[in-house]
Amino acid sequence: MMKRDDCLRALARHVTDADIVLPVYSSAFDWIDIRPHPLNYLSHGAMGLASSHALGLALGRPDRRVIVLDGDGSLLMNLGSLVTIGAVAPPNLYHFVCENGTYEANGGHPIPGRDKVDFAGFARAAGYRVVFDFSDLDIFEQQVGALLGETGPVFADLKISSSAPQQRDYSRLHGPHVRKAFRDALMAN
Amino acid sequence: MASVSTAIRAPEGALHGAGIIRAIKASRIEFVVSVPDITTSEGLLRPLAQAIEPRLIRVCKEDEGVGICAGLSYCGRRSLLLIQQTGLLDSINAIRGVAVEYALPICMMVGLLEKEPGVPPRQSKRYGVRIIEPVLEAMGVIYHEIEGEADVGKIAPAIDAAYAQMRPVVLLIGRRPS
Repeated sequence: MMKRDDCLRALARHVTDADIVLPVYSSAFDWIDIRPHPLNYLSHGAMGLASSHALGLALGRPDRRVIVLDGDGSLLMNLGSLVTIGAVAPPNLYHFVCENGTYEANGGHPIPGRDKVDFAGFARAAGYRVVFDFSDLDIFEQQVGALLGETGPVFADLKISSSAPQQRDYSRLHGPHVRKAFRDALMAN
Repeated sequence: MASVSTAIRAPEGALHGAGIIRAIKASRIEFVVSVPDITTSEGLLRPLAQAIEPRLIRVCKEDEGVGICAGLSYCGRRSLLLIQQTGLLDSINAIRGVAVEYALPICMMVGLLEKEPGVPPRQSKRYGVRIIEPVLEAMGVIYHEIEGEADVGKIAPAIDAAYAQMRPVVLLIGRRPS
């Protein structure tokens, strides 16, 4: 089991200024402290939709890598997006799922099928080009750079435990200034 | 809030898919994102599926399409979500959060399943049709009825206005286009 913030720090070392990153909920609060950047796409509007926003961005900006840091509870709300992404097959989409088995942002209740569902299996069956499954931080650190060099769509299930307790100021995710900063940064390049 | 007068109805069958597709292309729509809808299946979706442009993205569920269209909008790429009103109802939370609260130009073309041709949606015998316009009004979403050829001219300006004013719009297809 890996700590989420350790995983995200390892990932951040391989993310460039050109990359678009879509972290959700608890991953988002970790990520914006680890790697604050205007191309963090933080406002998803409804739980589960990050992977769909990511597909739109990947289609709209094929010149950029689009990295979504999903949650397991979030992905369960939009499993069909795996099939859609597998069918569209954007080569620039990288889909990570931080799997801790809980709805962490909503009281820590277990997800349905905790310890039974196989997110990597879902992605493989849906047609993702490359699928990974990590539970060891050393191995993740060794492989994440190469993972981001693969042609997408790429999926990686990260078996994680939560980070330290977070200060959750949702205006940092949903505030209009966040969306404006993203839009301005994307249109500038 | 915008709506459309419903006093005068076009004759039966007077809606052509080719004209709607021309209007979609004139609106500079690059992507059509769709879950099949029986009202628009033959007249719109099937010819769009055979065309090179706009590119058709088939999705499993309508709220996926809201997210996809949002992502495209940030890239300056125009898109249209082609769905049925059942899917619109199923996607209300996504439309609420993404389209309305974030003020994004999510453009939706919505086939009205089982609406009687020539009958205003509010006067339909079908509960699932009658409630659509009041629901959209409650959400503050602008809509237009597309019932006959005279209405097709509303499509491009409605889409242009959505992008210019950064807000969603719904185009309600009230009969099967030929």
